Amino acid sequence: MYGFGIVKGLGVVINHFIGSYIDDLRWAGKGGRYYNEEAFNVRQSPLGEGVKTVFYPEEKLSTPERFRFVPFLVTDDPPPGQRWGHDWCTACGICVKVCPAQCIWIERAKQPNGRPKSQPEKFFIDIDMCMNCGLCAEFCPFDAIKMDHDYELASYDRSTAHIHDKERLSKPLSYWREISPKKAEAEDIARKWAEAAKTKKRDKDGEGREDRIAEVAARQLYYKGLYY
Amino acid sequence: MSDIILEPTADAPGPDVELTPAQEATAKLKELHPNVLSDDTREGYEGMIVYADSITEVAKTLRDDLGFNYLSSVTGVDLIEEGKMEVVYHFYSIDRGGGPVVLKAQVNRDEPVLPSLVSIFPGADFQEREAYDMYGFNFLGHPDLRRILTWDGFAGHPLRKDWKEPFFEEEFKPYGSRWPDGQVFRVEEKTPYGKNVQYPPGWAPTGEEYDIETDVYLGLTYSRDATPGLKTDKVTVNLGPQHPSTHGVFRMVVTLDGETIVDLKPVVGYLHRNHEKIGERNTFIMNMPYTDRLDYLSSMSNNLGYALAVEKLFDLTVPERAEWIRILMVELTRIANHLWALGFLLNDLGALQTPMLYYYLERELIVDFFEAASGSRMMCNYMRFSGVAYDLPDDVRGMPTMKFLEELIYNNLPRAIDQGDDLMTGNEIVRARAIGVGVLTPEDAIAMSTAGPVLRASGVPYDIRRAEPYSYYDHLDFDVAVRYNGDIYDRYLIRVDEMRQSLRILQQVLPYLKQTEGAPIFGDKPQYAQRAPRSGESYGRVENPKGELGYYVTAKRRSGNPERYHVRAPSFINLTALGPMAKGHKVADVVAILGSIDIVLGEVDR
Repeated sequence: MYGFGIVKGLGVVINHFIGSYIDDLRWAGKGGRYYNEEAFNVRQSPLGEGVKTVFYPEEKLSTPERFRFVPFLVTDDPPPGQRWGHDWCTACGICVKVCPAQCIWIERAKQPNGRPKSQPEKFFIDIDMCMNCGLCAEFCPFDAIKMDHDYELASYDRSTAHIHDKERLSKPLSYWREISPKKAEAEDIARKWAEAAKTKKRDKDGEGREDRIAEVAARQLYYKGLYY
Repeated sequence: MSDIILEPTADAPGPDVELTPAQEATAKLKELHPNVLSDDTREGYEGMIVYADSITEVAKTLRDDLGFNYLSSVTGVDLIEEGKMEVVYHFYSIDRGGGPVVLKAQVNRDEPVLPSLVSIFPGADFQEREAYDMYGFNFLGHPDLRRILTWDGFAGHPLRKDWKEPFFEEEFKPYGSRWPDGQVFRVEEKTPYGKNVQYPPGWAPTGEEYDIETDVYLGLTYSRDATPGLKTDKVTVNLGPQHPSTHGVFRMVVTLDGETIVDLKPVVGYLHRNHEKIGERNTFIMNMPYTDRLDYLSSMSNNLGYALAVEKLFDLTVPERAEWIRILMVELTRIANHLWALGFLLNDLGALQTPMLYYYLERELIVDFFEAASGSRMMCNYMRFSGVAYDLPDDVRGMPTMKFLEELIYNNLPRAIDQGDDLMTGNEIVRARAIGVGVLTPEDAIAMSTAGPVLRASGVPYDIRRAEPYSYYDHLDFDVAVRYNGDIYDRYLIRVDEMRQSLRILQQVLPYLKQTEGAPIFGDKPQYAQRAPRSGESYGRVENPKGELGYYVTAKRRSGNPERYHVRAPSFINLTALGPMAKGHKVADVVAILGSIDIVLGEVDR
């Protein structure tokens, strides 16, 4: 019958239309469908039905642990009364060497006698160039650079606000633990392993080398997210 | 992992092994053209070097006598040290499948002239234009040899090794200015007027330089109206580049007789950033996130193609779990891409937004999964050489991953596909608009080197997952979707079919993922600077949602950067068929025909 296809299609639309009201009713007794965390989580999962709109910025989708947006530098939690903790970055330059967009600039600090010091004097990231690929965080051997979850970086002036310096980039370890708890925990364990392996090597000169290699490999696995 | 889950494939090479179709054709070709062919003896290279002037005869033999009727890729390579340039051709056999016959035509670098293959393989059209644009090859007999990605009047040929960009810092990344004494600067401070252009010394514009658009109009057909009665003029109209129907910044120059298309030429390159030059500056791993930006709707598949090419070059093996994860990711990508493509096709046909948003709801779940697994919704950057970046996550949107995937694969996606079927497939308006419009015959589809759904909707069941299986596709049970009419409606239906086949594959992959839980996901220790263990070339190709995506990578031994990095972009080459398909139809149909090809401008323009 001519026109049957259109009617059938309209049936699908009407189903969606009615379905959205049914879902409203379902949540009516449980605190409503909107601005309700429980309802919001169900709505965003495969089990969600009805209207799936997110009322941004009042409602925000949660970001998964691996979410990546513009790197930041990890520092120790600042001691009481101080603003900054100790930098984890050793200015080794691996993030620079792997960065596809070449958006990282590091000036390595110098000792008074002019020899390089394993510490960054300056650290810049041009976030206009950064493509959020996460390779810097993936390959950093000191867990010093991590990808942030803060994606609201809009600003009025591109020319002054978009080159992040060390002060802007540095965030304490507690922040990293907050946004990415499982990964941070896995890294903690891996660091302890590596530390233990180092002391072992120091104790017995030349021995335990294979252990150490195995442990470094295991550490790499942690970074790759195998154990979390 | 000690327990082996897969049996080795039955056709392990024995002593009296049969020649592959490509080897057989190569041997016969050498018999037929003994004087103009010689083996490519460079270390790590395959194929044959052909005397440049004879390329047309050799190609004709390949097509007519040996069945290698599909010219997949044409690209240039600059051999600056030898003072030569070469054009690399990859021919495939549609009927017999298997690997390529690779031909290389070498010409003098100062005078790069060789015959064009367009008369034999019309699919070479855009690719030869690209090679002309990027390297300056003069293809004799090419009907319309103009620049394609850069604009007319561009100075130089950018992929030549001695061409430098306006702000040239260093030949290879990483740049020395970044570490250990990095003082931040912005490139726009170092170029004239803050633009990425360079001016010849003493150049003073007169205004006439801008009148360079005439070539594209000259190439159009203006046939005289032979019918008696009212004589009407043909009108040339630009559709695009800023037009909602063009899916991006894409221009179609059409000549109209009334409302009927007489001729159509696509104009591309508005998003051109010279992906390949960037790729040759990059180290191998740096290219991975750049491949995301090609076809940005299916970044996982793009990653896979590049990973395959480099793994071939580096002789790396991939652990089992990583392979299953890869298949999971690329098949989900295929579904996500097709949901998107169908939504936009229907949008172009006038079903504004409603079907698109219904499809989009389920696509959203797929990108949620990608986000949880890789950290990014669309720019996944997930594959690594010999593995994947991360294992599957613990949970996605508050649901354990495997449960989420089961829910998705057994419930949400099939439901969405069926619902789309109910909504649109039988719709009389869609049928009236789509059936019999934009027909591409199987012969034309092969000749024009179209790939993917466009090729298969024309009745050519060619799928790389079957023709030259990569990863574990030879262990999986699925059908190659094929439709026979070659019109818009069939290109719509084939995408629905392909999604169903992808679901079949995914249902087979899930048990393997459960079985391999906890197994390694990459082969070797990951390194930030991998160097090529040997010099040579490799060509990795995958069945992208949009068609055959190929990466041609060459490298020198111990080099950290690819010497040549070429992307055979399916959307770009599928556009060759747009003009012939659109001829004789109305303006409103062109929009739908373009939608049925399913292009992404990030990949077309590169």
